[in-house]
Amino acid sequence: MMSWKRALSAAAIVLPLLALLAFGLTRNPNVIPSPLPGREAPQFELLTLPLAEGGTPETVDLAALRGNVVVLNFWASWCLACRDEHAPLSRVARAYADEGVQFFGIVYDDSPRNARQWIEAMGGQAYPALLDPHSRTAIDYGLYGVPETFVIGPDGTVRHKIIGPATEQELRAQIDALLLERREIELPAGGEHPVTETI
Amino acid sequence: MKTTRAPRIVATLLLGLIIQGIGGAADGAAAPQSAEQQRPGDGEATRGAADAALERRTSEVASGLRCPVCQGVSVEDSPTELARQMRGVVREQLAAGRTPDEVRAFFEDKYGEWILLEPKANGFNLVVYILPWLALLAGLGVIVIVVRRWTRPPPGEAPQPAQPVASSLEP
Repeated sequence: MMSWKRALSAAAIVLPLLALLAFGLTRNPNVIPSPLPGREAPQFELLTLPLAEGGTPETVDLAALRGNVVVLNFWASWCLACRDEHAPLSRVARAYADEGVQFFGIVYDDSPRNARQWIEAMGGQAYPALLDPHSRTAIDYGLYGVPETFVIGPDGTVRHKIIGPATEQELRAQIDALLLERREIELPAGGEHPVTETI
Repeated sequence: MKTTRAPRIVATLLLGLIIQGIGGAADGAAAPQSAEQQRPGDGEATRGAADAALERRTSEVASGLRCPVCQGVSVEDSPTELARQMRGVVREQLAAGRTPDEVRAFFEDKYGEWILLEPKANGFNLVVYILPWLALLAGLGVIVIVVRRWTRPPPGEAPQPAQPVASSLEP
């Protein structure tokens, strides 16, 4: 009589605790959900890193790229995982250059000299590298490490965030979906004539 | 006699440990504030009382923000470049007249609630605030019940007078 009462009250305390701990085990503390996807991409105006010593930098304004799919990859020369994703990123950037997909590598917490040497050592980069003084753009994008890659849709919203090295498969899948979306916007229902010049 | 005294000593020790634990936790909570005051502001010369006040407010906000590239370290305590730049953003926004809450909201907007070292006391987060106190209460309850049981005289036996205990200590 007394023993099952005691067992019941023990279960009433232990089971909720076990449930709480079990719930904790299902969550990965290293994956931090970003509030960015679905929201408008933070604006920036950054200078490119000229690959030739003493070259003139150009200004890249994200707002001017509205209507294109934009891929932003944050990287650094001291980042080992960035080496792994260098080849796939460059390959996908070349493959989609004709579709108007713009790739940019934003250099994070690194010196222009080291970044330039890294690009040379890796055999070039298929897209411009941008310098981010004081990491302001990185903070705006809620960066918590490199590499991180953001895919921005033609409407200027962040659609996808890749944490860690980007793979060719994931990049292609994301870009294809956005290009399809853009084509559907350009081709109104029943319209035979594709709008060639939009925005 | 000895068998009835031992539980009392154990109970006293346990209570002492608990009280010490609470005191220790309070010390821990007070420590970051004293560290804040000692910290100089990132090599910038702090001139005048206004600068010192800005630095103090920057430290205050930065201590509540989690360094994104560290493990469980605040933006204030982290030596990393990103944390340094984030302190710069905090200082800049405070100097521009934003309130500490607005600055925290800015970072929460970018990083999500994860950036706040202290979870907000609402919704599921309340578990973190309530559970320790519930556990403490339950523990005290267990101690009271157990000590009562230990010190209860066996049935059929009269309560022990105090004299035999005192006399048993004498050689």
